[in-house]
Amino acid sequence: MGMTMTQKILAAHAGLDSVEAGQLIIADLDLVLGNDVTSPVAIAEYKKLGLDRVFDGKKVTMVMDHFAPNKDIKAAEQCKMCRDFCGKMDIENFFDVGDMGVEHAILPEKGLVVSGDVVIGADSHTCTYGALGAFSTGVGSTDMACGMATGKAWFKVPSAIKFELRGSLQGYATGKDVILHIIGMIGVDGALYKSMEFTGEGVHSLSVSDRLCMANMAIEAGGKNGIFEVDDKTIEYVRAHGCREPRVFKADDDAQYDAVYVIDLSQIKPTVAFPHLPENTRLVEEIEDIKIDQVVIGSCTNGRLEDLIAAEKIMRGKKVAKNVRCIVIPATQKIYLEAMEMGLIKSFIESGAAVSTPTCGPCLGGHMGILAKGERAVSTTNRNFVGRMGHPESEVYLASPVVAAASAITGKISHPKEVE
Amino acid sequence: MKFTGKVIKYADNVDTDVIIPARYLNTIDKKELASHCMEDLDKTFVNRVRQGDIMVAGYNFGCGSSREHAPIAIKESGISLVVAKSFARIFYRNSINIGLPILECPEAVDAISEGDMLEADLDGGVIYNKTTGKQYKTQLFPKFIQDIILGGGLVESVKKGLIK
Repeated sequence: MGMTMTQKILAAHAGLDSVEAGQLIIADLDLVLGNDVTSPVAIAEYKKLGLDRVFDGKKVTMVMDHFAPNKDIKAAEQCKMCRDFCGKMDIENFFDVGDMGVEHAILPEKGLVVSGDVVIGADSHTCTYGALGAFSTGVGSTDMACGMATGKAWFKVPSAIKFELRGSLQGYATGKDVILHIIGMIGVDGALYKSMEFTGEGVHSLSVSDRLCMANMAIEAGGKNGIFEVDDKTIEYVRAHGCREPRVFKADDDAQYDAVYVIDLSQIKPTVAFPHLPENTRLVEEIEDIKIDQVVIGSCTNGRLEDLIAAEKIMRGKKVAKNVRCIVIPATQKIYLEAMEMGLIKSFIESGAAVSTPTCGPCLGGHMGILAKGERAVSTTNRNFVGRMGHPESEVYLASPVVAAASAITGKISHPKEVE
Repeated sequence: MKFTGKVIKYADNVDTDVIIPARYLNTIDKKELASHCMEDLDKTFVNRVRQGDIMVAGYNFGCGSSREHAPIAIKESGISLVVAKSFARIFYRNSINIGLPILECPEAVDAISEGDMLEADLDGGVIYNKTTGKQYKTQLFPKFIQDIILGGGLVESVKKGLIK
């Protein structure tokens, strides 16, 4: 029986000719990731194993991004625990304040993930790297600990849903709108335990940045992973950043899918997910006036250079609305520097936005932009659960960078054409 | 493994941000995590939960963040077992890996009310509602996963050479 892209990658890493959905396998890992919130739990578990070496110091990485720069003493202790552990274990890819970035933005940028890899990360948005044709999935800290020890992890081979993309995005539509549209269509558990495989000629029209954004939110539909067919753009990106050769896996023609959806990219319109689930999607052009208190532009979903360029273009020469705080967070130091050299940072500041060093910060209600009771934010992040950005009675509306930028200017959730 | 406990029931899509809000993730102290368990969804939980109680919930329980702090907080709060219509996959994995017993059983969940007394047999795959007298069969875990659970979690399994 034919295999999906994901199944082929898993079979190759389990030393098997073929695998099928539901099969339990043990696969070799190309990379094991943790952050400053999940790694301390993993380190505590790892210590129970009584080992003095991780399986491969080059294949383990830790990124201090959630509560870093340290938001309080306890957060500082957690980062210190990670720093000490990485030093002791010769883990060279330890990213700390000064050269860090939001984990899922920095790993592809540093070339640590290439097509065909199997990656686990103790962070649910590890699925991001599927954009590069890798199998990558979020796990917990104990999985991370055992992955660091053995270089292996157990998986139940997933079945898949195929999304056949056609056409190309028009106007102000972005990859964020495509994935919000899909989550709205299939629901927050619509892809539970499954792969979301993105194929079709429409894939080629999407930038790598848009693909990273879409794969990033596969978890928001319950997906085990989101994965894009590899094309010239992928190879070009990986070669420009990667230090290893990509391995290209293609789904068999007779691969089995639980469902197939055809998505016409040209029909996608700017979309916003209302509180408190990413599936509560509505078209921006169809919503009533919703006043906002804060805008966040950043995160592993939408903090890349392309996102900042698009947002700045909307905001250029205009002022952030009175009583709205607009916080822009470039996802990595490199993005920050490039944005500065392009004049984007100056422009954001002149518009009245605050620009922060890279951090996950407000996305998870950690720091750098917490909401008070009753406040509303438009955010380019990935979750709008109860209390996600602060007070349990605050609200988060998920949108693309251009919708967030337009909303910052008008003070209400707005279509970019409103500020043209 | 057999469990008997009183039911504390929640709805669909209980996410890990409400199970343990991120503002408390600056610690790995289990007791401290448990003291904030379910805080943003149900402020009464920590005061009314008793050792052995069984948490029952709808679809997609534990969705969202991969934070293992969520099943750790639930386990440490005294909950002996979580029964849900379905679990989000990372929470499902984490529960197995840390040894928090879980069961998927959509039919049982619909017929269970807050405060009911349940008996559950993990090995036999049976849930018995003592309050209503009704019994439900659940699917057993595959042997590989049973071995991890019975072996005391993933770390113990790795120690024993289950994953080399």
